[in-house]
Amino acid sequence: MLKIQDLVVNYGGIEAVKGVSVDVPYGSIITLVGANGAGKSTTLRAIAGLVKAKSGSITLDDEELLGMSTTDIVAKGITMVPEGRRVFPDLTVLENLKIGAYLRKDDLKDDIEHVYDLFPRLKERSWQAAGTLSGGEQQMLAVGRALMSKPKIIMMDEPSLGLAPIIVQGIFDIIREIHRQGTTVLLIEQNANMALKAADYGYVMETGRISLQGSGEELLTNEHVKELYLGKKKA
Amino acid sequence: MSVVLPYLLSGISVGGQYALIAIGYTMVYGILRLINFAHGDVFMVAGVMMVYMCASMPWYIAMPLMIVFTVLIGFAIERVAYMPLRSAPRMSIMISAIGVSYLLQNLVAYITGGLSQQYPTIPFISDSINIGPANTKVVTVITPFLVIALVFALVMLINHTKIGMAMRAVAKDYDTAQLMGIRINSVISTTFVIGSFLAAIGSVLYFSNYTGVTYTSGAMPGLKAFVAAVFGGIGSIPGAVIGAFIIGISENIVKGFEAMLAVFGINSNIGIATFSDAVTFALLIIILVVKPTGLFGEKATDKV
Ligand SMILES: Nc1ncnc2c1ncn2[C@@H]1O[C@H](COP(=O)(O)OP(=O)(O)O)[C@@H](O)[C@H]1O
Ligand SMILES: [Mg+2]
Repeated sequence: MLKIQDLVVNYGGIEAVKGVSVDVPYGSIITLVGANGAGKSTTLRAIAGLVKAKSGSITLDDEELLGMSTTDIVAKGITMVPEGRRVFPDLTVLENLKIGAYLRKDDLKDDIEHVYDLFPRLKERSWQAAGTLSGGEQQMLAVGRALMSKPKIIMMDEPSLGLAPIIVQGIFDIIREIHRQGTTVLLIEQNANMALKAADYGYVMETGRISLQGSGEELLTNEHVKELYLGKKKA
Repeated sequence: MSVVLPYLLSGISVGGQYALIAIGYTMVYGILRLINFAHGDVFMVAGVMMVYMCASMPWYIAMPLMIVFTVLIGFAIERVAYMPLRSAPRMSIMISAIGVSYLLQNLVAYITGGLSQQYPTIPFISDSINIGPANTKVVTVITPFLVIALVFALVMLINHTKIGMAMRAVAKDYDTAQLMGIRINSVISTTFVIGSFLAAIGSVLYFSNYTGVTYTSGAMPGLKAFVAAVFGGIGSIPGAVIGAFIIGISENIVKGFEAMLAVFGINSNIGIATFSDAVTFALLIIILVVKPTGLFGEKATDKV
């Protein structure tokens, strides 16, 4: 299990994350929802070792990850699909997939086929520069690239951001499929409705703190959540 | 033609030598967004090391050893002077680079007593050769071929190997590259190793054309190579190479301009040759005014 306890992260003088605790048991889809600026991305970036935490602890199977390099954290089996997809625009689709497996030394052929099975659109565009793909295709590539490292836990930062509803539906289908195939998912979303429907357990984040938590259904029916994140006024 | 040929030959040759230095500037810029002011001095140190090593061992042992030491120096400079400043403001690392440049110059000035050291004669490449009417050194002739072979190998490395793919990724996006498991620091070190290696080879070709090497010998070729890199679009390897050849050729044509005019019966003795460096910089100004990103600057594909 990935366990985050009392995580505090500062940017200069600003406290972006003020004591967050989140449990990510293997085999689950856990979601972290909240408004823009709540500190969701910062939490993920701290787990990935891209920002330094001020205090708290992040453990994977009781091993402390804080202070480890991103490379070592990736090697432990935690990968991240960053906010805004961040595919390498000049690399081809195939190269983007191969670079996702940078730490692996075994044969990649089956895994590339597996990604192409999940996203047939990518196969057609194998030799195209990733920068020429549409937003939805880039998101598929970013997810496929993350899968290439054969992660235990995949963290996704707002995969639905800026995509058309039909494509968002496809992305959520893929998230469920990845989960069904055995990968644990930690999902960040502003689209709380879809995220909570997919998740086993959810956390609501507000200005650097967890304000609410519960199972997906519990949060979906919570009045506060409805009002703030699902755009439904109290009756 | 017979008047132009020797100048053209030496222009191509000098251009190739600038190219080997320019690649170091452009690759480091592509990955670190740093103008490595110490690069020209690493090139000079390679020349001086060759002088000292050839005094105590045959050139064929001295040369590979000199190349290895130059690579180690390039690697060490990055680790000691640049890596600790990775997250510091751009200006700090720039100043650190200038500091390293002066450190190397002063160190060499101290060791050599500030005197020009005679560069060793390397058999074969220092020999004379006749190309049609032009008499030149073998090094002049082999330089362009060697440069093209090295550039080809480098382009293959960058486009078709795992480390090359990592270099292209790091040049674009540090954070995401790390999320792939790439160690940024080893990729940056690799870049300095390649740049120093090419500068070491360039130093052999360059200094074989001159009698001596001294602590300031890196300044002018370093500056020309930097100009070539900017000219070609800094960050772009093909740009740096093409820029270097253009600058090498044009400055030599300017040197031979009066001799060429004389063929047409025009005698001038205003000393156009002395303007050859000025022409280099005039070219740079023109290209930057017309195309601020340099010849290949905007094609982001060539950022490494
Ligand atoms: N690199 C940064 N430097 C300074 N402040 C930042 C940086 N990144 C994010 N912040 C601030 O930290 C807070 C949390 O941001 P973030 O984690 O990106 O929120 P979310 O992903 O929930 O939208 C915001 O107030 C944001 O302005
Ligand atoms: Mg965010």
